[in-house]
Amino acid sequence: MTETVSPIVNYLSALPEICLVIGAMALLMLGAFRGNQTADLICWLSIGLLLFAATLVVVMPATGKVAFDGAFIMDRFAQFMKVLTLLGSAVVIFMSFEFMRSARLQKFEYPILIILATTGMLMMISANDLIALYLGLELQSLALYVIAAFRTDSVRSSEAGLKYFVLGALSSGMLLYGCSLIYGFTGTTGFSGIAAAATPSVHNLGLIFGLVFFMAGLAFKISAVPFHMWTPDVYEGAPTPVTAFFATAPKIAAMAMFLRAVHVAFPDITHQWQQIVVFISIGSMVLGAFAAIGQNDIKRLMAYSSIGHMGFALVGLASGDQAGVQAVIVYLTIYLVMNVGVFACILSMRRSDGMVEEIDELAGLSRNSPIMAFLLAMLMFSLAGIPPLAGFFAKFYVFLAAINAGLYVLAVIGVLSSVVGAYYYLRIIKIMYFDEPAEKFEPMPGALQGVLAVSGVLVIFFFTYPAPLVAAANIAAKSLF
Amino acid sequence: MTTGWPILSAIIFLPMLGALFILAIRGEDEIAIRNARYVALWTTMITFLLSLVIWIEFDPTTHVFQFEEQRDWLGASISYRLGVDGISMLFVILTTFLMPLCILASWDAIQSRVKAYMIAFLVLETLMIGVFCAMDLVVFYLFFEGGLIPMFLIIGVWGGQRRVYASFKFFLYTLLGSVLMLLAIMAMYWEAGTTDIPALLAYQFPPEMQAWLWFAFLASFAVKMPMWPVHTWLPDAHVEAPTAGSVVLAAVLLKMGGYGFLRFSIPMFPLASEQFAPLIFLLSVIAITYTSLVALAQEDMKKLIAYSSVAHMGFVTMGLFTLTTQGLEGGIFQMLSHGIVSAALFLCVGVIYDRMHTRQIDAYGGLVNRMPLYAFCFMVFTMANVGLPGTSGFVGEFLTLVGAFRVNTWVAFFATIGVILSAAYALWLYRRVVFGQLEKPELKAITDLDTREIVVMVPLVVLTILFGIYPAPLLDVMSVSVDHLIKNYEAALAAAEQAKLALVH
Repeated sequence: MTETVSPIVNYLSALPEICLVIGAMALLMLGAFRGNQTADLICWLSIGLLLFAATLVVVMPATGKVAFDGAFIMDRFAQFMKVLTLLGSAVVIFMSFEFMRSARLQKFEYPILIILATTGMLMMISANDLIALYLGLELQSLALYVIAAFRTDSVRSSEAGLKYFVLGALSSGMLLYGCSLIYGFTGTTGFSGIAAAATPSVHNLGLIFGLVFFMAGLAFKISAVPFHMWTPDVYEGAPTPVTAFFATAPKIAAMAMFLRAVHVAFPDITHQWQQIVVFISIGSMVLGAFAAIGQNDIKRLMAYSSIGHMGFALVGLASGDQAGVQAVIVYLTIYLVMNVGVFACILSMRRSDGMVEEIDELAGLSRNSPIMAFLLAMLMFSLAGIPPLAGFFAKFYVFLAAINAGLYVLAVIGVLSSVVGAYYYLRIIKIMYFDEPAEKFEPMPGALQGVLAVSGVLVIFFFTYPAPLVAAANIAAKSLF
Repeated sequence: MTTGWPILSAIIFLPMLGALFILAIRGEDEIAIRNARYVALWTTMITFLLSLVIWIEFDPTTHVFQFEEQRDWLGASISYRLGVDGISMLFVILTTFLMPLCILASWDAIQSRVKAYMIAFLVLETLMIGVFCAMDLVVFYLFFEGGLIPMFLIIGVWGGQRRVYASFKFFLYTLLGSVLMLLAIMAMYWEAGTTDIPALLAYQFPPEMQAWLWFAFLASFAVKMPMWPVHTWLPDAHVEAPTAGSVVLAAVLLKMGGYGFLRFSIPMFPLASEQFAPLIFLLSVIAITYTSLVALAQEDMKKLIAYSSVAHMGFVTMGLFTLTTQGLEGGIFQMLSHGIVSAALFLCVGVIYDRMHTRQIDAYGGLVNRMPLYAFCFMVFTMANVGLPGTSGFVGEFLTLVGAFRVNTWVAFFATIGVILSAAYALWLYRRVVFGQLEKPELKAITDLDTREIVVMVPLVVLTILFGIYPAPLLDVMSVSVDHLIKNYEAALAAAEQAKLALVH
């Protein structure tokens, strides 16, 4: 499926990515020549650059036309997901200042690596071809491996980076193997070509094999069971702002890529990949719920929480229809808002002698800093999916889609594991509200206060006016069908 | 009768407004705390007075929903829709009536984090009223589940020794039941294309689907009610909750289960209701007899009353599923009466708990010598709990038993044993706490009810006796709606019968 388009159209549709790359290079030069004292400036410029790219994404026409010989597509879906990813990345840099300052990690490479990773994510979201998908994925992953190990004086951080790298390389290998099988049995790497070749009438075992490997690679990137093992260690070991980053933008981009790949490239053999998605979805929800119960480190807990949440998002994907895609988009948006709020709180868990990560350190927070405790409690209720908070609507839409698709067993297991999951979110609220106060934290930095306030308000008041997000998600979902 | 302005929304969100007011009060000193108490009291009083407007304007001659409001919310088929009929209106009044009493009962008992406490109660009131006014299933679910958050905090923050255990048990039990209902709501949405309650009431769900939906709703309402064997969270929650928390829990939150049966299970799934009514009878009879026996063995006053609540709710479920006029009206009346009586009993426990800081029955005895007023109030409520004629408790129990007798005499027989047992445990409790010699040295200085406590008790005593002698004001309001419900139910059964016959021929 090659349309001949003039080069200018090619480059126009990838304008945000091009801007990011050029900007990253320019900032790199600035940092290289002026040294680490420009780190703060480069952070601010990076935020500006990411927001500029987001503006470009919004104003550019999302026609759904393909570019670069069908390898790249800019449609409503890509537009929505790119904006989410860019905002997520920008917020994470915004939240990092205080941490980096106190940990003496003010290095100019940090925001630049985030920009490069984000560029990779945008590529993943727009990828309409296996090669383009792989390129985007690797650009993202390589940058992520580096920032996981960013704290060079910490063994745990280096361990996290190494672990992530080895397992990530393994998963990339599987993905690539799957891609080559798919290419071998369909004769093309373009999604539309694959869709034409992969029809239910042709019983093609090799293609199914390729699909399985391909999805294993994708599942690794969204940390779905059984490819989740890296998540808790990497979340725990990486510097906290990096953990916040891992929990937000890459998850959104990888899920977007997953959505596009299975819906656009394999629309006619839905029932083949649906089984796999149902399986990894159930696995993620159940494991996320049960494994988090025993955790005492809040970052590890959030790792299991994110595994569980990816499982819930996969419920929408498993539905395999437009309602399902819409549900996943709503889910990811609300997930992003909740997670940045929670990480703003985690980043404020600081005493005079440094950061603390034990859940018990939150004891009696409702007396020491009532507003932070209240907002964190609301975020926890929201993560647990209790109405009328935003997290309820996220779960509502995915299960609505699953019921419509007739996936009753999946839906029942899903809601039951959400009850189990509610236990560990409640535990945090219990520690904050029911226990005797521990020592106070240092005052919350202004940037984190701002992020927490915005996230808390969005989560609490989402129910008053949910229609715009749902409508926007619907428009975005339509472009995949 | 429809007023031109959104009165239901006003009643629902007025407490929320009061909560925001309290939030705006700065400081933690005596004055701030006093202001918070007064704001909460005034808000709940005004809400109550406003809700009386509904009762006055209410037209009891029609079964249609009144005071309707509708706004776009989630797309075309899920809208923010409110309304009340003869069944739900009384529960709204019950809620708004009890809230000022709850605030008054917490006046001195709550000394820590008063502002947060008042906010939690006001938010809870908003959510409870919303449950009874909602005319869209998703809106209903939102209010229904949302109530868990403030109640969880009330039990957990201001509760007793084992408050953490009790609050978690309460939250997770209720959530577990409700999520299954949520899936059923979704299935209904795809089947009927809407979650609008009046539309769903008119919709005929296919028979094979009804059974599944019915069980999913049962999972939620049985836990909330609570029915045997999923009642075990209730004694724990009651024992650990602060007095006002127990009052709200017993008087209003439990009624949501019964209301749910009335509003959804019976009219929307009539075939399943008919089919599984024996199951409900069985569970109700077990609840009535078994939990009454358990109540006899309790050492803790609140626990005893909690078990007696389970038994009384057994009468409600039994009455509702007889699907007779008497049974249904009796069930609703029993819920309202229990709302008043159990609330009053928990308040009575609260009165002596505030003085002695124990709920053990052994710790008391001979209170009548020093607390005559208290002994009188407690006696009225004990008699109402037993179901003595002349108290409101009698009317409900009698009507449900009449309904049950028409349907199944054995059910009525075993339920009547429960009445006898309830007399045993309630009177025995009363004897041990109030009568006898005042021997315990700690009790020598105990004081009788003060003015604030009298203000709380008087309306409850008056209503208990008034509705026992003259239940018509309540029964008149609900009768048209109940008749309509029964008519529709019988029509649905007849239609199903016809369809079956048509298949045979």
